[in-house]
Amino acid sequence: MDVGLLGQYVANGLMLGMIYAMVAVGFTLFFGVLDVIQFSHGDVLTVGAFAGLATYIGLTLAGIASPWLQLAAVLLVAVAAMALLGALIGKYLVLPLRAAPPLNVLLLTLMLGAALRECVRLFYPQGANPKPFPRLLPADTLALGSFSLRLDNALLLAAGLAAIAAVHLVITRTRLGLAIRAVAQDAETARIMGIDFERIVLVTFALGSGLAAAAGVMNGLYYNEINFSIGLLLGVIGFSAAVVGGLGNIYGAILGGFLFAALQTIGAVLLPAIFRGVPSAYKDVFAFAAVIAFMAWRPTGLIAERSAERV
Amino acid sequence: MRISAVRCAVAFAAVITAAGSAQAQKQTVKLAFIGPLTGGVSANGIGGRNSADLAVRLRNDEAKAKYKYELVSLDDECKPNIAVQAATKAASDNSIIAGVTHYCSVTAIATVDTYHKFGFPVVVWGAVLPDITYRNKYAEVHRVNGTMINQNDVAAKFMTGLGFKRWVVIHDTTDYGKAHDKYFTDYLNKYGGQIVGRFGVTADQQDFTAELTKAKELKPDVIYFGGLTPIGVRIRSQMDRLGLQAVFEGTSGIKSDAYIEGLGAKLAEGSLSFIEGAPAEKLPGGNFFTSQYAAQRYDQGPEAYGPFAFAAASLLMDVIEKVGPNRKRVIDELAKVKDRDSIIGKITFDDHGQNVVPLISKYVVQDGKWVLWEDSDYGQGKRKLK
Repeated sequence: MDVGLLGQYVANGLMLGMIYAMVAVGFTLFFGVLDVIQFSHGDVLTVGAFAGLATYIGLTLAGIASPWLQLAAVLLVAVAAMALLGALIGKYLVLPLRAAPPLNVLLLTLMLGAALRECVRLFYPQGANPKPFPRLLPADTLALGSFSLRLDNALLLAAGLAAIAAVHLVITRTRLGLAIRAVAQDAETARIMGIDFERIVLVTFALGSGLAAAAGVMNGLYYNEINFSIGLLLGVIGFSAAVVGGLGNIYGAILGGFLFAALQTIGAVLLPAIFRGVPSAYKDVFAFAAVIAFMAWRPTGLIAERSAERV
Repeated sequence: MRISAVRCAVAFAAVITAAGSAQAQKQTVKLAFIGPLTGGVSANGIGGRNSADLAVRLRNDEAKAKYKYELVSLDDECKPNIAVQAATKAASDNSIIAGVTHYCSVTAIATVDTYHKFGFPVVVWGAVLPDITYRNKYAEVHRVNGTMINQNDVAAKFMTGLGFKRWVVIHDTTDYGKAHDKYFTDYLNKYGGQIVGRFGVTADQQDFTAELTKAKELKPDVIYFGGLTPIGVRIRSQMDRLGLQAVFEGTSGIKSDAYIEGLGAKLAEGSLSFIEGAPAEKLPGGNFFTSQYAAQRYDQGPEAYGPFAFAAASLLMDVIEKVGPNRKRVIDELAKVKDRDSIIGKITFDDHGQNVVPLISKYVVQDGKWVLWEDSDYGQGKRKLK
């Protein structure tokens, strides 16, 4: 295999991994501050992508045609709307159940996810059909031998990296981040120190959900298509990535996301090459089986949680 | 002025009453339509539903029709489990006499046993998997459109004839996609083409970059795709993203306006599709169909298989007119269909209820439209496939 093609595989895997990592970071944030698994996270991503698409359609109807302006508006609306939705989920569905067994929150959010998905399907015009997502980024191609780098892919990768880096900076470098870390480490003590527990939880939910919306828009821009069920698999993969990396640890989530993308890419390429007659469709089976093996090897995740380093 | 308004009203009322009493004398006969009304291929399903609906409306407008027909539309979502539910619902309702059923092969093959069990006569209007009519010998199951066997024969012969040598096959792993792979491979071997790579993908897969990068390494002249429009759009679009330069050869499964809409005219340009029958405007009753369809102002076009749905519904109503609304007699009568005129040409069912359709048409996307190969700039040598 020549270097160009290897580069192409790496670029594909990085792009997938970036989207997975952005979803996984959300799972890990929620788990970090509240010890809950927010299973509707993937569907929040779907709603975010559809909110972005609706914004684009609205702008086009209003006669605003500048792609950069459209892109900014799409991102802004999607992220803001999902941050709000995330905070609402936190306030009305997750916080009231704090005293209940964690299983209840898991079930509740699982059902909420199904409800969100069905709402998109039923209430978005012709929501059951896949929707073309606009190409808002320049599509110039740089061909280096058999490796072709598209400008929009590079921009998306950079944007994803920037989004994750921004969340990381917020958590490690700001007072808000300090408060989030304090709550994650010990909610009771943080309260005694005068931290507004509920506010911090809601901000964390808003942060994670906003990131999911950004991932949804990226997903749309990358594949130029969204449908009501994209969040389903992305949610499961994002959750698995977070668990493999070590729930509660941001670096673990990022690592898990890229690991899962690498496994899928390897599975799609190697399976048909090694076993004749096994279609590449089994790549998800391969990737999830590998995840199970990882879990057996490192039950607490690759970067094991130490409470001192939580979130 | 006032008087004329009153007169108008009276005349109108009289017409309504007359029409009402004429219809009241007629017995209502229900037909089922089953197809994908939601989901990725819903454009085809709705096109088929509208076409069957058109056939029913035209029949109801005919004064000499013995019955008043009503179309009951059911959604199979292109999913086998949902399709069996819809089929059971239609077949277990005794007021429904027959069905115009299924665009997706996976749903059509899943439901044949249901129709057989209930003794419910159906005419398939779009699914192309040979097994639907040929795996069993069910008297209930008929099909007005052709199968994928001839489609792939013509496709392989035509493409090798154009001088292409190397193929990568991508197919979905449903019965439909696998059968396309099988028949295309058989015929390609026969005509001397070479398959250098083969990828089975799931029918709802989103990311094909790994498969396509591998395909790029194999340097094919042509990517053959055996599957339906939604993932066809994704694969063609991701080919472009990876800079994979090859001709995109689809099957009847991507012959829909939704394919071009999803990709945009620029990316769809030069994609190929093979489908049985001729374009609506070249069919014996095509102009009649197209103009009547336009007159009804449906919000979506009939798509590739609309004329077949129209023909299937018309055929069933013809038979019911002759033998009455009785499932058993309808089945017996359908077995006798031979050289029957329809808008898609003569319909002749063989002993498996399969219409013998000799003609396969080749299509290419040119400037945002599916154009018959012979009429296209490509066919006339003005443009080259790339």
